[in-house]
Amino acid sequence: MKTIKVNVVTPDGPVYDAEVEMVSTKAKSGELGIMAGHVPTVAPLTIGAVRLKNGSNTDYVAVNGGFLEVRPDVVTILAQSAERAETIDLARAQEAKARAEQRLQNNDGSNDTKRADLALKRAINRIQIAEMR
Amino acid sequence: MASLRDIKSRITSTKKTSQITKAMQMVSASKMNRAEANAKAYVPYMEKIQEVVSSIANGSTGATHPMLVSRPVKKTGYLVITSDRGLAGAYNSSILRHVHKTILERHKSNDEFVIIAIGRVGRDFFVSRNMHVELEVIGVPDQPSFADISSLAKSTVNLYLNELCDELYMYYNHYVSPIQQDVTETQVLPLADFNTSNAKLTSYEFEPNAEEILEVLLPQYAESLIYGALLDGKASEHSARMTAMKNATDNAKELIDSLSLQYNRARQAAITQEITEIVGGAAALE
Repeated sequence: MKTIKVNVVTPDGPVYDAEVEMVSTKAKSGELGIMAGHVPTVAPLTIGAVRLKNGSNTDYVAVNGGFLEVRPDVVTILAQSAERAETIDLARAQEAKARAEQRLQNNDGSNDTKRADLALKRAINRIQIAEMR
Repeated sequence: MASLRDIKSRITSTKKTSQITKAMQMVSASKMNRAEANAKAYVPYMEKIQEVVSSIANGSTGATHPMLVSRPVKKTGYLVITSDRGLAGAYNSSILRHVHKTILERHKSNDEFVIIAIGRVGRDFFVSRNMHVELEVIGVPDQPSFADISSLAKSTVNLYLNELCDELYMYYNHYVSPIQQDVTETQVLPLADFNTSNAKLTSYEFEPNAEEILEVLLPQYAESLIYGALLDGKASEHSARMTAMKNATDNAKELIDSLSLQYNRARQAAITQEITEIVGGAAALE
């Protein structure tokens, strides 16, 4: 099967760089699956998992928003933070989740609630992905 | 002339100081290497995001965003990156002097600008001059990750979006080489012109549409510009500190040399005097 090159890049350095058969992600407008030969596209992503399928092997990367750029020969995902399933620190993610939940419970300012909500989503996303490996 | 003991104790204390500065120099050297590596790791991200932003902003889609349009300037934001600690030679003073001069030239009253300070030295400088520091971050680690400053970057971009400032300049020391750092001024917002000469423009499909992508992309781009400047500034800080400590060590060595010479002369003089006294005493007995 034809493959396409995928880069996941964050400000702290590249996270993922490999040839895969299919990339599937969750964009703001819905699930998006990309294979080799896709038309050039740009789409913002939600907090979620990026599934990179290569043969029988599937890699997972947790992304915190960002966006996806498709070119004829390469797919680039630019996110402010991203982690491969293997490198996620499950204990830390669970801690972050507990902290965010605590903050949501005694919510006062609307701005703070929004941030805690986002933090909670990120933590849940990371935990889910860490459990998939 | 100072006594032998005085000179000796000065030599010892200078030696100890030079040991400390030597150690600090080596610490800074290793930190500088890591900071340089961090700055390098960041380059691909910056290049990619720049490519996408310029191909969308320059595309014929007609999409606009407040961050791309300049508006009448009522208030200017200055983001100044300094270090938390001193002992870095002219690192902080050169940048603060430059910013202070620019502000005095451009503005008549303190209401016309806001300061966003990264680093304790810069914060203290502006606070002591009664300039309004809107946002501050102190205690940025030596090897900052994006998470360390993402909240500051976000609030800075929000200042612009909420029209609390109408343009944003960024000041930092650009790392050229371990012995050269240049004070750099960059305009971050509004995102005016993109360097399109080397970027190959691709025409994209937008999912769902260009406006919504700019909504996500531009703040992320501006935030990463700030992060990039911080990484650059950190590399400069460590190299400035390394050079400063190297100079201090060299100066200490020179001082020790001249003190040793002085010590030997004094010792010789004392011996000569003793001999003269003995000879004089013997001659008196005869």
